[in-house]
Amino acid sequence: MNKVGKSEVRVDAFDKASGRTKYYEDRVPAGALYVRIKHAEIAHGMVKSVDTAAAEAIPGVVKVLTCFDVPDLPFPTAGHPWSMDPGHQDVADRHLLNRHVRYWGDDVAVVIAENEVAANQGVRALKVEYEALPFVLDVQEAMKDGAPLLHEEYPNNILKHTSSRLGNYEAAIKEPGLIKVEDWYDTPTVQHCHIENHGCFAWEENGRIVVVASTQIPHIIRRVVAQALGRPWGDVEIIKPYIGGGFGNKQDALYEPLCAWCCTQVGGRCVRLDCAREETFVSNRVRHAIRYHIVTWLKSDGTIHARKVECFSNQGAYASHGHSVVAKGMGSFPQHYPCPNMECDSYTVYTNRPTAGAMRGYGMPQASFADECNIEDCARALGMDSYEFRKKNVMEQGYHDGFSGNTNYYDTYRQCMAKAAEYIDFERKKKEFANDAGDVRRGIGMATFWYNTAVYPISLETSSNRMSLNLDGTVTFQCGETEIGQGADTAYAQMVAEVLGLKSYRDVHVVSCQDTDITPTGLGAYASRQTYVAGFSIQQTAGLLKEKILKYAQEVTRQAPGNMDIVDGEIVRKGDGMVLMPLSELAMTAQYNPVHSEHITAESTYTIRNNAYSFGCTIAEVEVDIPMCRVTVKNIVNVHDCGRLINPALAAAQVHGGMSMAIGYGLSEQLIFDEKTGKPLNGNLLDYKLSTFMDHPHLEAEFIENTEPTSPFGTKALGEPPACSGAPAIRNAILNATGVAINHNPINPHVLFAEFTKAGLIHDDWREEEK
Amino acid sequence: MSAQYKLVHCTINGKEVEKMVDVRASLTDMLRNDYHLTSVKKGCEVGECGACNVLINGEAFNSCIYLAVWAEGKDIRTLEGLLSPDGELSDIQKAFVEETAIQCGFCTPGFIMTAVEILETGKLYTDEELRKLLSGHLCRCTGYENIFRAVKKTMYRRHGKAIDF
Amino acid sequence: MYDMKALYEASSVEEAVALRVAHPEAQIIAGGSDVLVQMREGRRAGKELISIYGIDALRGVSLDAEEALRIGSLTSFSHITRDPLIQKYCNVLGEAVDQVGSPQIRNIGTIGGNTCNGVTSADSASTLHAYEAIVELTGQNGVRRLPIKDFYIKAGQVDIKPDEIQTAILIPKASWENTFGHYIKYGLRNAMEIATLGCSVNVRLSADKRTIERCRIAYGVAGPVPMRCPSAEAAANGAAPSKALAERFARAVIDDINPRDSWRASKAFRQHIAVEMAKRALTRAVELAGGEMA
Repeated sequence: MNKVGKSEVRVDAFDKASGRTKYYEDRVPAGALYVRIKHAEIAHGMVKSVDTAAAEAIPGVVKVLTCFDVPDLPFPTAGHPWSMDPGHQDVADRHLLNRHVRYWGDDVAVVIAENEVAANQGVRALKVEYEALPFVLDVQEAMKDGAPLLHEEYPNNILKHTSSRLGNYEAAIKEPGLIKVEDWYDTPTVQHCHIENHGCFAWEENGRIVVVASTQIPHIIRRVVAQALGRPWGDVEIIKPYIGGGFGNKQDALYEPLCAWCCTQVGGRCVRLDCAREETFVSNRVRHAIRYHIVTWLKSDGTIHARKVECFSNQGAYASHGHSVVAKGMGSFPQHYPCPNMECDSYTVYTNRPTAGAMRGYGMPQASFADECNIEDCARALGMDSYEFRKKNVMEQGYHDGFSGNTNYYDTYRQCMAKAAEYIDFERKKKEFANDAGDVRRGIGMATFWYNTAVYPISLETSSNRMSLNLDGTVTFQCGETEIGQGADTAYAQMVAEVLGLKSYRDVHVVSCQDTDITPTGLGAYASRQTYVAGFSIQQTAGLLKEKILKYAQEVTRQAPGNMDIVDGEIVRKGDGMVLMPLSELAMTAQYNPVHSEHITAESTYTIRNNAYSFGCTIAEVEVDIPMCRVTVKNIVNVHDCGRLINPALAAAQVHGGMSMAIGYGLSEQLIFDEKTGKPLNGNLLDYKLSTFMDHPHLEAEFIENTEPTSPFGTKALGEPPACSGAPAIRNAILNATGVAINHNPINPHVLFAEFTKAGLIHDDWREEEK
Repeated sequence: MSAQYKLVHCTINGKEVEKMVDVRASLTDMLRNDYHLTSVKKGCEVGECGACNVLINGEAFNSCIYLAVWAEGKDIRTLEGLLSPDGELSDIQKAFVEETAIQCGFCTPGFIMTAVEILETGKLYTDEELRKLLSGHLCRCTGYENIFRAVKKTMYRRHGKAIDF
Repeated sequence: MYDMKALYEASSVEEAVALRVAHPEAQIIAGGSDVLVQMREGRRAGKELISIYGIDALRGVSLDAEEALRIGSLTSFSHITRDPLIQKYCNVLGEAVDQVGSPQIRNIGTIGGNTCNGVTSADSASTLHAYEAIVELTGQNGVRRLPIKDFYIKAGQVDIKPDEIQTAILIPKASWENTFGHYIKYGLRNAMEIATLGCSVNVRLSADKRTIERCRIAYGVAGPVPMRCPSAEAAANGAAPSKALAERFARAVIDDINPRDSWRASKAFRQHIAVEMAKRALTRAVELAGGEMA
């Protein structure tokens, strides 16, 4: 292989560097009407009435539509493949606008206006009368009898409860001499914070609806828009231009259905719906806040004998991706640190918070935090070095999971940890930092994770693509797995060039913009699957295209197809390597042959029935200023085994972004709610503490390249894994520095103040005087 | 009485221009809607993300919270202005490409324009200073790592110095 | 597109004053980094604005006849930080405003806007209080000057008459002469941050550096408006710089400040870091003045 494995420049880099790249908002036609949403200003209740008169009187306001006007067609929003099994279909629990308000920020009405100012004025002029109901923000509270109920069909607000059992936990814990390590671990509600907000615009064309949207999943959006509007799926065309990041938020039908419907309510005129940043925070999707209760029973030899894991996932107001997120995280426990007796339960619970959906890592950053905090605490309970404890207990080489079919083919975990430890000089620093005793102390900590590359066998895993031979010998490539910033298009170009034998990846023209009328059906960008799943279909389609090319070449060159190959964009005879003709000549000949004209193309679908473990770890070094309640990450390294790297530079860049997200998750990011009203308090980029340029040290990304045997290119997940292990590594480093184990993130100064006070590291004498 | 529209003359990417502009417009509105300079991105509209950053008389400003009428007589530069007439990228743009500093690309224009301001001071900044100078831009894709490399590399190149990351 | 009723632009102080008189309901906009944000979120939607951003005469730093540092109200934060007079006579102010928001905000934000907002978290405010700055206002009847502590009336409200605009901030020679200061901003991240607490300390040492002749300390966010700490200052004035003094000085702050509980931070947390910040800021100020904390 010589096209993959190279740090090629991104195919879209020039345009992005020159500012030419067009995102959805750059394509909105002049004259499009503005749609602005009236969001609920209560956390729970019923809309009694909406007085629209004042809004309608504002010059420029075209139409006001309320929750009383929308079709009674509940629809699901999750960006999951459709399931033919009704029991496996996503929960359809929301309307385009909702009379039953289930969170502060729910969508109650819209104003459509000729300009932005009139639309905003219209929204402010709406008078909504509510019947307020009690609300609940906390999962444990929501599960109690008598708690406010969000959806009548779900008693105790439990959307779903699943369990897994291994061995016999109850019997196992009776064994004498076991050491018990039990605690609760809590993770926060955070948001994706892609820099481009979600937005879309829609118009009618020849009786159909066209929506241009900032989405990761155009083909799925087509289905959801049709469902929400009660139209045949073919009536909807979704176009996905370049998008400014998604991270899972745009793996959901956000406002495409509402925008499409508004368009139909103004005679098919073009309408635009642009989310403001504040709406992105509250009325799009967030990451599930998941609370864990873990009880681990250890043997004195340092092995894990039994483990109980309970997971409580805060779904917020609507189902979106629902239970699949916490379930994915729960599934990681038995495999990460296998032990003979396990009892796992997870609950997904509706609350009056913003809706949680997919977010980079899909339940794993949460599970990783809980798991790796607990594992660290287990090692301490045993008086054992936690690195040694991990080496002893983490998934072994050869481990096989019967459900997914995954196998741990290599001793990857230990390789990753060793590489990270070597980079950061782990052993020396651990010893050196142990002597710190002053106000400012250093610490170092580690965490590991595993991640499933694709969604098989939980959901359908399919990939389709089309390749067309152009007259100049280049190839145009289309597929439904979208470029969202991660670099998928470049990886595709490299893989196509590789298997077709083109001269350069630049000879592959990837159609980056998906249009459901044109692009082969695909599921979009989600999980960490694009490169992995596209690899199967690229290999297959390229094989078909190559066959057609060589078959035509046989007519021209009189050589047997089996005796020819394509090398560096030329058709060569295998035996002696003689160049028979360049691909461009073949393409021209085939197209313009007056007797046998052929436009050489190939298209195919591959149903993937494999999955692959992706592994990695983080080691973080921190400095803790105890009196100032401040943690600084001084040094951090992630090591990943994502199989063979298709593009090492892009892979490292992906890791940097994930590490940054993990640092924010560990130390600063959290959406906060007013306990009295349920109102989100910090849904903007000033008050929500996304890491800035000054909040990171150098981010070191390293790799162990163990070839993944199931992948034609030896590759597997990397998109999400870098976000998984950073936060617990930082938590464990703080523990190492101060002896204080903090079981909830983000570990921000307020948390440190409370915890250090509790631990006696901080002593404010005046507080006692006040008492 | 105040007028709804006002004639605003200014220089945009080296060219003197004038247009009647709605006094309620932000500079982002004017550049995007009246001059079709769509490299100027909207990420928050309150001066927190830096995506709409442009240079005004050589200094970086978030154009979302800058009134369009204030552009009168000013010299404004956007990312579109950095490309040479024959379509060559400038050194800082090339560095963003070479260092894989671009992912989704949405924060890129704003970042590059701040980098231009930094580079045009002609100073050789320390890493810490450089991080502070770039801290008015949020990015969710890159962890800032490769953006830092791209700017630092260009700064060193302009000083004819070898770089040690 | 901002939802404003009308925009009036002034190109001179006289014009601004005339516009103030003609449009009493209108809001003054300097750099706009606060006013426009509030207008967008609806708080000031539909209002008239008087833009003074175009009054170039209000930009720049100079020494006046009494050798007070005179900072034109529209001088941007970044220009204050880079100004040679500021660097020479009151570097701490340049450092403080170099911690406002982000580089772009420091290019648009003005010291006049920062103070006229009347918010306690303004990064310039604690240092201006600790230097006993004088606020200059110009109205129909000419110029009025008042100490900055009197300029701040209560949270979000300052003493500007309906016909006035703020035209300068002055730092008297008595404040800056032979004086060295240090500002610490406490935030939850290192940029793009609103202060959880801001602490500015300055000292004047005796010629032999063995005595603190004068110490001043002021906080932002320790109360509804920026405030000085008389008990802490009393503890330091005339004392010999030492670690023990720093502890005493910092502890005394608790008697002076009155932070509140809010979702951004608890009172207990703000008190805790206030003490730690006072200690560190005093230590650094003494070092800058050439002294040593024995």
